[in-house]
Amino acid sequence: MTEREKPTAVGSSEHTPTEGAIRGVSCPEGGLHGTTVGVGVGVVGVRLRWRALVVVGASAAVLVLAVAAHVGLGSYHISMLDVLRVLSGGGEESQRGAVLDVRLPRALVGALVGAALGLAGAVFQSISRNPLASPDVLGITWGAGVGAVTVIVLAGTSGQISGIAGALGLPLASLLGGIAAGLALYGFSWRRGLDGYRMVLIGIGIAAVCANLVFWLLTVGDVTVAARAMTWLTGSLAAAGWSEVPAVAIALLVLAPATLLGARVLGVLRFGDDTARGLGVRVDRARGLLVLLAVLLASVATAAAGPIAFVALAAPQIALRLCGVAGPPVVASTVLGGVLTVLADLVARIAPGGVELPVGVLTAVLGAPYLMYLLVRSRREARV
Amino acid sequence: MNIVNTPVTRADSARSRSAERAAGLGPLARRRRRRVLGLVALAAAVLLATLVSIAFGDRAIPLPAIWHAIFTPSDTESDIIIGALRMPRTLLGLGVGVALGVAGALLQGHTRNPLADPGLLGVTQGAAFAVVLSITVFGVSYVSGHVAFAFAGALIASAIVFALGSIGSGGATPVTLALAGATISWLLLGLTSAMVLLDQRGMEVYRFWRIGSLARDEYFSAATVLPFLIIGLLLALANTPGLNTLALGEDVAKGLGQRVRLTRFAGVGAVALLTGSAVAVCGPIAFIGLVVPHIARAITGADYRWLVPYAGLLGAVLLLVADVLGRVISADTFEVGIMLTVLGAPVFIYLVRSTRLVRL
Repeated sequence: MTEREKPTAVGSSEHTPTEGAIRGVSCPEGGLHGTTVGVGVGVVGVRLRWRALVVVGASAAVLVLAVAAHVGLGSYHISMLDVLRVLSGGGEESQRGAVLDVRLPRALVGALVGAALGLAGAVFQSISRNPLASPDVLGITWGAGVGAVTVIVLAGTSGQISGIAGALGLPLASLLGGIAAGLALYGFSWRRGLDGYRMVLIGIGIAAVCANLVFWLLTVGDVTVAARAMTWLTGSLAAAGWSEVPAVAIALLVLAPATLLGARVLGVLRFGDDTARGLGVRVDRARGLLVLLAVLLASVATAAAGPIAFVALAAPQIALRLCGVAGPPVVASTVLGGVLTVLADLVARIAPGGVELPVGVLTAVLGAPYLMYLLVRSRREARV
Repeated sequence: MNIVNTPVTRADSARSRSAERAAGLGPLARRRRRRVLGLVALAAAVLLATLVSIAFGDRAIPLPAIWHAIFTPSDTESDIIIGALRMPRTLLGLGVGVALGVAGALLQGHTRNPLADPGLLGVTQGAAFAVVLSITVFGVSYVSGHVAFAFAGALIASAIVFALGSIGSGGATPVTLALAGATISWLLLGLTSAMVLLDQRGMEVYRFWRIGSLARDEYFSAATVLPFLIIGLLLALANTPGLNTLALGEDVAKGLGQRVRLTRFAGVGAVALLTGSAVAVCGPIAFIGLVVPHIARAITGADYRWLVPYAGLLGAVLLLVADVLGRVISADTFEVGIMLTVLGAPVFIYLVRSTRLVRL
């Protein structure tokens, strides 16, 4: 660990070269991971891996394309040119309605929520060193589920959840449920420091309690109530509109940069606690803060769109294999989470069959084969 | 195998000699005696749980009446309750509890992952998918049909997972197995959710099926999985020495003459048979298979030859106790799966916090 590679507080993103004089040193680091370039400005320094850069750039491009397709395609087809016209303030009235009021906010919420889940998943997987550790397995989304399904069941068969219960109650209840489960996870796991292995086991317990509360709540109500709760539980963007965008965007703007900065110690933590301490990382504080941030990210995402399945597990694992690195890369996981969610929602919207499926059904149906393909193709053993 | 599992250092043997003089036994023998005693105590606990499960329910039945019902059944009311309801239900709980405990311990060993529940290899979701498929597509409405579909679905799904996890140069490794299992499970869950959301008939059965319960209208169909369960158990016990060697790492295991691929195949096969039988009959009671191995590991340490039987007996005790409590407290409004977790999870969290963890 040289001076230049030390985690710094300056908010330069991991993969963008800072402007100014670049004293770049090319240091070939073995053929496997491609070349690595160190870039430093004054005391600020980042290391660039070309392959990771390419993956992040390409996925960002795919994300933009996916959002564009999401806005343009559908039963009411709008051409790319018209979409651009609408976005720049022109266009026909009907097109403006479809793009600005319905499709754009939905695509944005999808991208933001997916990014939050991908990032949270990368942090959880890194800290527990377990590819299966996602917000679902650790109980956070199930905690959110308890809050949300309680509201749905209380609203009962009397009709749609409307008014305050619909606009505020459901997201708020799920946000509180998720944060409560996350705090329980943190609190019970903390024992003179936060140990990843213990956290995973505590998470199993919390997830089990919350999941079974949800299952029980599902049998309490009428079957139509159960169906509505099931839709929420699979995660749906169908109701996402502009009202969700600011809340999710602001939360993400605060949480994501903090997490990305903090995540720079994840690479060091991978060497083991003693090595990390020797290198000057405050191991327990770093892990604790990262877990709390990941809990908040997952809770906000779940409150906005329900527990969209599989994204938090798949995005980091896909990113890890595409980048060819040892542990989940945070930036690539974030972007790929957004890509997976927007693409799944696009398919959910335009798939034939009359009934629109929730996005959470399709993230797994789309993402699982791709992850399987990567898993089978990369013959060397993946590590987390 | 003993040499591998219990390395004897010079200090150990010195201590053992003095202890032998003191107690007439070496440390290895004493440890074995402790483990055997523990096993006997657990077996007694299983027997007690069985008795309690037969005795208590909507109404308590005194011991003499139980004796009468088992050995000289006539047509008294308590005889009928025991013979037709409690006895089959208790036997079912015993079989399922043992199966899930054993399967969980074995699978956590093979995937080296503390998050592995017995359903990880696609077993639970495969069974769920097949049940919903049988209702929505094939219109099967009778329970024994659901059992057959669930069992077939469980086996097919785990076979696919094992095949996908084994592709590549090294065969099935812990990481590829776990990831392939999780990925296929999520895929099947997505497909199941889609079918359930599109067809309310599926939802009506699925929302109760997924909780898991020992309560059934008729118990005869449950007996059809018994042969598979027994084969699975034997396979699991035969697999434990090999798993001990595998825990040293695949290279070391190969060097010691272990046939790694065969051991993995046998282990995963045992897990699929055991979990498949349990899930087909009772629905997913996943928590027990996830938690019991951790408790057993805290007692026995990492030796799978002891860990697996302990986990099986613990699973049976836990499942029966939870089922009785569910019956007595709330007359089946809380199904056993829910009761189990509400009861077990806080204890589990306490255990995880207060004991030194034996890592996988």
